[in-house]
Amino acid sequence: MEDFIYFFSFQDPNVLMVVVGISLLSISAAMVGTFTFLDKKALIGDAISHAVLPGVCLAFMLSGNKNPYWIVSGAFITGALSTYIISWISNYTKLKEDTVIAAVLSIFFGLGIVIMTQLQQTGNAALSGLDHFIFGNAISIVRKDLLVYGILALTIILVILFFYKEFKVMVFNRSFAQSIGLPVKRLEFLFNSLMVLAVVTGIQAIGVVLMAALLITPAAAAKFWTDRLDRMLIIAVVFSLISGIVGAYISFALPHMPTGPWVVIVLSLIAFLSFFFSVKKGVLTKWIAKRNYQRKIHSDHILKALFGAWEKGKQGLKTENIFNIFPGKNFKTQYSINKLNKKGYITENQSIIKLTESGLTEAKRIVRLHRLWELYMTEYMNIAPDHVHDSAEKLEHIITPELESKLDRNLNFPKADPHHSIIPRDPKKP
Amino acid sequence: MSFDPNAFIIIVTGSMIAISCGLLGVFLMLRKMAMTGDAISHAVLPGIVLAFMISGSRHGLAMVIGAGLVGIIATVFIEYLSNKVKLQSDASIGITFTSLFAIGIILITFLANKIDLDQDCVLYGEIAYVPIDLWISGSGQILGPRVTYLSLINLILVSLFIYLFFKELKISTFDKEFAASIGLSTVGVNYGLMGMVSYTTVSSFEAVGAILVVALLVVPPATAYLWSKDLNKLIKITIALGIIVSIAGYYLAFALNSSIAGAMASVAGLIFFVSVILQRKQLPLIKKKLSSLKTGEANTL
Repeated sequence: MEDFIYFFSFQDPNVLMVVVGISLLSISAAMVGTFTFLDKKALIGDAISHAVLPGVCLAFMLSGNKNPYWIVSGAFITGALSTYIISWISNYTKLKEDTVIAAVLSIFFGLGIVIMTQLQQTGNAALSGLDHFIFGNAISIVRKDLLVYGILALTIILVILFFYKEFKVMVFNRSFAQSIGLPVKRLEFLFNSLMVLAVVTGIQAIGVVLMAALLITPAAAAKFWTDRLDRMLIIAVVFSLISGIVGAYISFALPHMPTGPWVVIVLSLIAFLSFFFSVKKGVLTKWIAKRNYQRKIHSDHILKALFGAWEKGKQGLKTENIFNIFPGKNFKTQYSINKLNKKGYITENQSIIKLTESGLTEAKRIVRLHRLWELYMTEYMNIAPDHVHDSAEKLEHIITPELESKLDRNLNFPKADPHHSIIPRDPKKP
Repeated sequence: MSFDPNAFIIIVTGSMIAISCGLLGVFLMLRKMAMTGDAISHAVLPGIVLAFMISGSRHGLAMVIGAGLVGIIATVFIEYLSNKVKLQSDASIGITFTSLFAIGIILITFLANKIDLDQDCVLYGEIAYVPIDLWISGSGQILGPRVTYLSLINLILVSLFIYLFFKELKISTFDKEFAASIGLSTVGVNYGLMGMVSYTTVSSFEAVGAILVVALLVVPPATAYLWSKDLNKLIKITIALGIIVSIAGYYLAFALNSSIAGAMASVAGLIFFVSVILQRKQLPLIKKKLSSLKTGEANTL
């Protein structure tokens, strides 16, 4: 707890510096990532993040120390080279893009490992922090690093805000962007450079192996909360910020813990929660909607059965008869009967179920839709009357009042359906 | 150069791993699942650590089963995310493997004092220790290097899998609808292949590391694909490349004093890029020159 207060009161300038650094990098990665996600280039981000390793190691080898300028330039060069090679090979050979991405990624990483192990064999003391670049260590960021990585991150954020509209058009509709005269090739080049830069800013704090997650995961999670690009950007940035700061805190509280994996764990947790519980598109939401719909269908069927009895002049149906209509669904049927009872559509008296006034209106409405649709199918689509039942069985639950009146008008307010059953109408309505 | 038994063991082990990976990689590539292979090789890490924690040893069946299961779970999860959650497939792959890999790394860090497994080993393995790591029988008899046996078993199982299910793999790779129409379980074939990929990853990770397995899975088949499209030739070229890569990789690492697995990946990469350049520019030119020479000779004659 003491750690927690110490960390989040930012009284230590070093802590403040780390938090500022990781926040800037989270924001820039989330912003670039949103566009890469929408452009379906998420895995190229993975390739870049692996491909910066040889650049970092070469920079070490040439400069002999951890000078951030050298490292950033080295990382940028090999990262950019990898994207160039990927697009070149997948354009000019018959290899599929995903094969090329996987090949380039592993080759560059292997090359990086060769240089890194060779450097380690030389035993240079200044090289001790080299493995921080693999899994990241936010706490190792010092003033000089912050200046470089912070300025890079700020540049990315500003460029994206400045070219927001252009990137938006490019990502959503490339041919439209071309047709309105945008320099798509140059924009793409700029965007690829931003992507490499975003990966480069993260290498010290997050590490090369997991930096791809910072590009992919916030955007994927944000996609489940909104369909608008501006909101998606903001949500992705917020998710990314939260996980960045939590990751930095964990590295601070437990110094031997690498930052990258923790940031990724927090991010993935947010993403999975979004996938399942998002109000709009979550798996749970969809499941509830599906269940509610199925329940509505079942209630509709019970009402229809009662209406059938009413048409034959019966007052109602025995409860057990209703259960027998839907074999194997006793639980569901009981639930629907209770629900209909509560809505006031039916009354249950001495195990005989009757439609109420409002229940009759509702039942008539469903049967009317069913029979109208059957008639429409035979009249307009020339389908034999004995083939139309199944389709009507589905559509009776979803035809809207507007569609109903349109059908009615087109069929010239018919009296009977193709099976010569009367189409029930509300006497109150014209 | 005198005969060095250690070098021989390392090269043989490396070749066997490269061949097992390459054989599976051919099918992964043709099914457009190269990145899924990449994802599996990252994702088995938590399985390895957990199995290690429970069974207390780095060898043995628990490890293979545990990590193999995690590999299959990762595949199922990727498919669940893209089919049911409706997340685009590249993002499903990216999220699944980064989160599982992160869990694996954190487990390793937590258990750093308790288990003999570190981040470096996971990343690039150490095939150089293969000759020292001996398998000693209960009666104290030395039977030879353990990892070599493991990779031999792996190679036998992978070859058997491909030999027995060659027809199924081939049909379901090239024509899914036809495979389904003749009653072939394409899902079964798919999970079988993914299971073999996870098993191979686990079995080779000690020697070459989780990430460089990807290089051996993808690069030799991709290189072979540049030269031939015939499945049988693809497999033959891939096997040859696996052997070349491990021999050249060993001597490169020896010369540079660096990681052997990394050097193997670099050599594979070099062959790959040379093939790309030859295919793209030189080959048509050389062919043209040859044919013009022939016709020229014919004319002068």
